[in-house]
Amino acid sequence: MIASTWQWLTDPVNWSGPGSIPNQILTHLWYSAIALFVASLIAIPAGLAIGHTGRGRFFGVNLAAAARAIPSLGLLFLMVLWLFPKFSGSSGSAAFVVPSLIVLAVLAIPPILAGAYAGVEGVDPAARDAAKGMGMTGMQVLRRVEIPNAMPLIFSGFRSATLQVIATATLAAVVGADGLGRFLIDGQKIRDYPQMAGGSLVVAILALVVDLLLGTIQRYAVSPGLTGRRTSASRRGRSDGVSGSAESAGRSNTPLDVEISDPRRTVDSQPS
Amino acid sequence: MIVFDGVTKKYPDGTVAVHDLTLEAPTGKITVLVGPSGCGKTTSLRMVNRMIEPSSGTISLDGKDTGRMKASELRRGIGYVIQHAGLFPNRTVLDNVETVPRLVGMGKKETRDRAMQLLEQVGLGADYAKRYPSQLSGGQQQRVGVARALAADPPVMLMDEPFSAVDPVVRDQLQDEFLRLQDDLGKTIIFVTHDIDEAIKMGDQVAVMRVGGYLAQLAEPAYLLAHPVDDFVADFVGRDRGYRGLSFQAAPRLPLASERTITLGESARDVDDDWVLVVDGDNHPLGWVEPRRIDGEVTSERLHRGGTVARASGPLRAVLDAALSSPSRRGVVVDDSGALVGTVRPHEVLTAIEEAERPVVENPDNPGAPAA
Repeated sequence: MIASTWQWLTDPVNWSGPGSIPNQILTHLWYSAIALFVASLIAIPAGLAIGHTGRGRFFGVNLAAAARAIPSLGLLFLMVLWLFPKFSGSSGSAAFVVPSLIVLAVLAIPPILAGAYAGVEGVDPAARDAAKGMGMTGMQVLRRVEIPNAMPLIFSGFRSATLQVIATATLAAVVGADGLGRFLIDGQKIRDYPQMAGGSLVVAILALVVDLLLGTIQRYAVSPGLTGRRTSASRRGRSDGVSGSAESAGRSNTPLDVEISDPRRTVDSQPS
Repeated sequence: MIVFDGVTKKYPDGTVAVHDLTLEAPTGKITVLVGPSGCGKTTSLRMVNRMIEPSSGTISLDGKDTGRMKASELRRGIGYVIQHAGLFPNRTVLDNVETVPRLVGMGKKETRDRAMQLLEQVGLGADYAKRYPSQLSGGQQQRVGVARALAADPPVMLMDEPFSAVDPVVRDQLQDEFLRLQDDLGKTIIFVTHDIDEAIKMGDQVAVMRVGGYLAQLAEPAYLLAHPVDDFVADFVGRDRGYRGLSFQAAPRLPLASERTITLGESARDVDDDWVLVVDGDNHPLGWVEPRRIDGEVTSERLHRGGTVARASGPLRAVLDAALSSPSRRGVVVDDSGALVGTVRPHEVLTAIEEAERPVVENPDNPGAPAA
């Protein structure tokens, strides 16, 4: 079984031409990207708004929780039945692709919404109070304080949505659209188990690779002040625009001495 | 000058946080609002920069009604320091300090220079500039908080329990440094605390508030200790207020006795006294030793360090404390450079206190008014 899966995966026939592994990967990624984009467009502003204002929290959070319970396959068939007549005039695949994208977007919204909302809500109330008290407008508080500090959770919501979407995008094949799901559906039809196993493996690897990529982006997009990355490397990396003396002094100090090296600690009256 | 004129804050549920508060915070002075939890002190402070809107009454800044200004504009002109510093964790120390200058559109170079200078002023050198708040101790964060509030050089500052989240040693140090800074800057400050000791130490005038948002007494610290207006204030300023009141009385000329001293490393064998004072090369007192318990030369470990040292030009409280805490019952008095001047006995300090005049009630009809 393993050997035949390997054979399917390495067969040059499967790596070129239409319907090949690379082509299906691209289609799969394309569907996932569109779905995630649309979901983010809805869920991130909504999550930020809920977190920032504290309003609509009950509604938003419960709606997101409820949306998690929607069976994707059921929703997919429902969408096809509903939308198919509307697309019947247009070129073939849209009638299958659009319902698939809607299902994937619906799947992606809850984790993205939850991440954005929880991220903003979790910002230190003192920092928020200080920001407002220093004269930032509501939007400035959101843009300069709340969003940057919510980034770790926004990212984690987005990454978890991405994993789910990439895994679930295989469903598109059920209704006839392309993507890596083709190998699973087609393989099942002709009882080609190596093809099914190989296709699943590609989906899994793709999900991991994309997550790794997002993790790398997150490293650079999130302030080191939040991640606790306080190595000299990160300090060097952000040394733009500081006077040389500050930089060299910063480098010579290891983070460990921060707590104790307070040169101002002087006692006014010496004991006698 | 910040003027509260009949300011009341009443919440929709009927709770009155601040009741008809009329108060003046004079220019260049620190006005402390102090009182137990629920007395409305923080609410009063937050109404100045309109983080909370008053229900009635007006608050004016140098004659301008704050209610008519745009809230964000008003706030940019007021330094704001809060209990847990509220630094932005995603920004470096330097970026934090530059917040307000950037908001008001100050030039880049000017902003940077000013921020670096302020960090220096609050006791954090250039090597802290690129660190993140999570890499600082609570006291250091609070220093950054103060620097950040000062960055756009606002004439007015609001400080809401700025030093209460740090340990007592650091708190004392931050208070001293802030007072030194204020000597240079002369900001108009409203300072909120629940700690009467801090209020007495920091305030040019102290407003004691009572639960329900009533102003119980407004007076200078020394006056407040000497003449609490009622039982509540008396109780709140504490039982040892007589002793603490001495903080505000400069020591008169005391009959100082010259003291036989030895330097560290000398032998104490030929001293015939129960205690002898040890000094360093510059005649700075180090501690007391008991000659009969020491055979060889006097080492640093043998020093009795229980006694405090008072400056001759300092307050009576420090002199009395030096006398009381000294194991030899002779209080060590030094000059401003820290060099030994002489010693004084407790009864001599007490005599000086007895002879000194107590602050008098200047206006018996209105005992709450600050002494002019």
